[in-house]
Amino acid sequence: MSLRFVEGFKFTRMDSPIHRLDPRAKFILTLGFFACSLMFTNIYALVIIFVAQIPGVLMAKTVSRWLRSMRGGLFLGVFIFVMNVIFGTTIASSLAFMMRFFAIMSAFSFFFMTTSADDLGLALEQVHVPYSISFTFTTAVRLVPTMAIDAQTVVDAQRSRGLELDKGNFVKRIKNYIPILIPLIISAIRRSVELAEALESRAFGATENRTSITTLKMRVADFAVIIATIAGLAAAVYVYFYVSLPTLVIPIQIPRLF
Amino acid sequence: MIAVENVTFNYPGGPEVLHNLNLRINDGEFVAIMGENGAGKTTLVKMFNGLLKPVQGRVLVDGVETREKSVAQLSRNVGLIFQNPDHQLFAETVSEELAFSLRNFGFKEEVIQRQVTNLLTALDLERYATSSPFVLSGGERKRVALAAILVWDPKHVIMDEPTIGQDYLQKDRLRNFIMQLESQEKTVVIVTHDVEFVAECKPRVILLSQGRVIGDGPAVEILTNRHLIDQSSLVMPQIASLMNRLKELDAPPGIIDAYSAREFLKNRLRNVISTRPPPER
Amino acid sequence: MPAIVAKDLSFTYAGGDKPSMEHVNLSIDKGEFVILTGPSGCGKTTFCRCLNGLIPNFYAGDLQGKLRIDDIDVKGKSTAELATHIGFVFQNPENQLFSLSVERDVAFGLENLGVPREEALKRVEWAMQATGILALRKKAPYELSGGQQQRAAIAGVLAMRPSVIVLDEPTSFLDPKSAEEIVAVIAKLNRELNLTTLLVEHRLDVVSRFANRVVVMDKGEVVLDGPPDEIYSDQARLIGIGLPRVTMLFHLLRLDGFPVTKNPTTVEQAADELKRMLNP
Repeated sequence: MSLRFVEGFKFTRMDSPIHRLDPRAKFILTLGFFACSLMFTNIYALVIIFVAQIPGVLMAKTVSRWLRSMRGGLFLGVFIFVMNVIFGTTIASSLAFMMRFFAIMSAFSFFFMTTSADDLGLALEQVHVPYSISFTFTTAVRLVPTMAIDAQTVVDAQRSRGLELDKGNFVKRIKNYIPILIPLIISAIRRSVELAEALESRAFGATENRTSITTLKMRVADFAVIIATIAGLAAAVYVYFYVSLPTLVIPIQIPRLF
Repeated sequence: MIAVENVTFNYPGGPEVLHNLNLRINDGEFVAIMGENGAGKTTLVKMFNGLLKPVQGRVLVDGVETREKSVAQLSRNVGLIFQNPDHQLFAETVSEELAFSLRNFGFKEEVIQRQVTNLLTALDLERYATSSPFVLSGGERKRVALAAILVWDPKHVIMDEPTIGQDYLQKDRLRNFIMQLESQEKTVVIVTHDVEFVAECKPRVILLSQGRVIGDGPAVEILTNRHLIDQSSLVMPQIASLMNRLKELDAPPGIIDAYSAREFLKNRLRNVISTRPPPER
Repeated sequence: MPAIVAKDLSFTYAGGDKPSMEHVNLSIDKGEFVILTGPSGCGKTTFCRCLNGLIPNFYAGDLQGKLRIDDIDVKGKSTAELATHIGFVFQNPENQLFSLSVERDVAFGLENLGVPREEALKRVEWAMQATGILALRKKAPYELSGGQQQRAAIAGVLAMRPSVIVLDEPTSFLDPKSAEEIVAVIAKLNRELNLTTLLVEHRLDVVSRFANRVVVMDKGEVVLDGPPDEIYSDQARLIGIGLPRVTMLFHLLRLDGFPVTKNPTTVEQAADELKRMLNP
């Protein structure tokens, strides 16, 4: 379960109109979906918001990965539903909250799947986030697959010494992770030291006025996306205040436990 | 014996890494598995202790299919030493590090103490018994990692790239150590691309390229085969290159290290000296 | 004016009880190709770290003696300041590539230095051409082989136009063929750009053909310094240097009492010398 969930946020290089969009435009779009999801508690509205993202997913050619991440998030979604019901929310509302979770998760997953860490870093730089922060972010993202490989190697090495991670009671299982965590942490530290040495040798931090050979340029498509997002938000606000949405009533009474 | 029968393997969602591989390593053999980076060498040896199971075909270790056993069970007889010791060192002291696997395998405490002491001596680590493994130098950490695997006396010993980052003295020590293991009748498999090291040890060489076995034979044959060498991003041992340039000597094939070259040249040079006219008085 | 001058250089790492490097006196001229070798722990990495300021800025400790690069006193200079004079290529290609495309990676140092975009693009182009990786410019570093990654690292350093380049065991993680290729690239750059090159290596059989000077360190000191055929001697052997096998062969023949007069360090030299000895 857990790994599929993470996969939904991993970037893959693909040639699609969505991938070619400026990350700033995409992020505004994502924020738009996010804001709309927070605004509504009505299940029909939330379903529409969720479904509205699907054309984008299709255009980005990432359908199977997106589906996998949705499946990965199923556990959490159902958890939200069950928790809400237990604590007294109506079934209809609980469904709505679950839908909201999926709408938000889908929006962010979609953003990260179609935006490379480098482009993200560039976007952050160009909105004047301090370089040290944006660089930390992109390096961390870049290191995730590397460290995942390290983690697998450590697990393999310790299993080869007889460590059995799937045996024993709860306490034993936790203790069994010490021979995994320590080498992993130490490897990470060693790697960071080597990276830091290399950074220094490439004059990292030499000047406040860093230049960049690539700059992100907003094109027509990006502006179109931003305008569409604003329009969509405006429409959502209008619907929220002036349109009465049908409500879903599920005539099942859950005995109040709390 | 380790038997690989029609093994095909790919990582989930990935391309095929091993294609219909067949090979057999007998007990007590000394084998070097060589090939370019990405040829599938490490993938192959991870099958010997069950870390990876074949997608098609089967791997048998001492007659037992690896699919039927857990990694812990297979590791009792197959010790796999990884390339980077930092991926396995974690204990507070070197002794604890060595004891780790013995505890996992359920050995009795007296046996554990004895084995730990033996290995500390065998690998010249006695003075570090109570030191933290993390304060040791790179070469020392590699020895601790080696000791940590040999401590349970596995029948088959597999070393993944044992010579990387080692200087000449360290490699010499490693070579001697492998000979010791050989004399204990252990099967020794090293994954390496260190051609000169292999030329001096002269194991059986299994050459992999793009997931297939392209050569399998004595080092003196494989390492002098230019066609195979080129295919697997290796280079010929220097002495072999030298002998190639001296074709007129009609040297027997398979001279790949300095000692055998010296033996051959000694005779030729003596002939030359004895047929030379004596110096003028 | 020599490119590197070290006078009585010594360093003890913070918390260490004895110096890792002692009384090192070394002078390297512009355009020289010097091999630095020695057994593990001999101090060669320590020396290299002093050259580009990692010692004492990154690695704290007690640094004594004088060090000048390009006639600039290194003392008090940060690694960033020295980066335009001396470039450093590390052992592990994975940990010295920062970006998700080769092009951006090669530009990384220039961006850090604030080099204007036009100039930076020109230099990136030039550096990639010089190291033969133009075709890989859009690829991500993880898509490259080890040898290609090291070329990218060298390009990234080259773009900053240093006059000295230091490479610390750059072939460690490479297969033999890639190792030979990368050393050939390094030698070519040394020749064509008159780039002073200090190459730290164990694999003397690969590098001996390119260098005319070998410096051997042992236990923190420089013990041998000269052309390969002089240095690859009994003393070097005893220190524990892995001499090229052809050199070893001639040493053995000398032990056997044969009239060996030369000390070949490459296969070609050895072949020529043997032909001569067998056909007097």
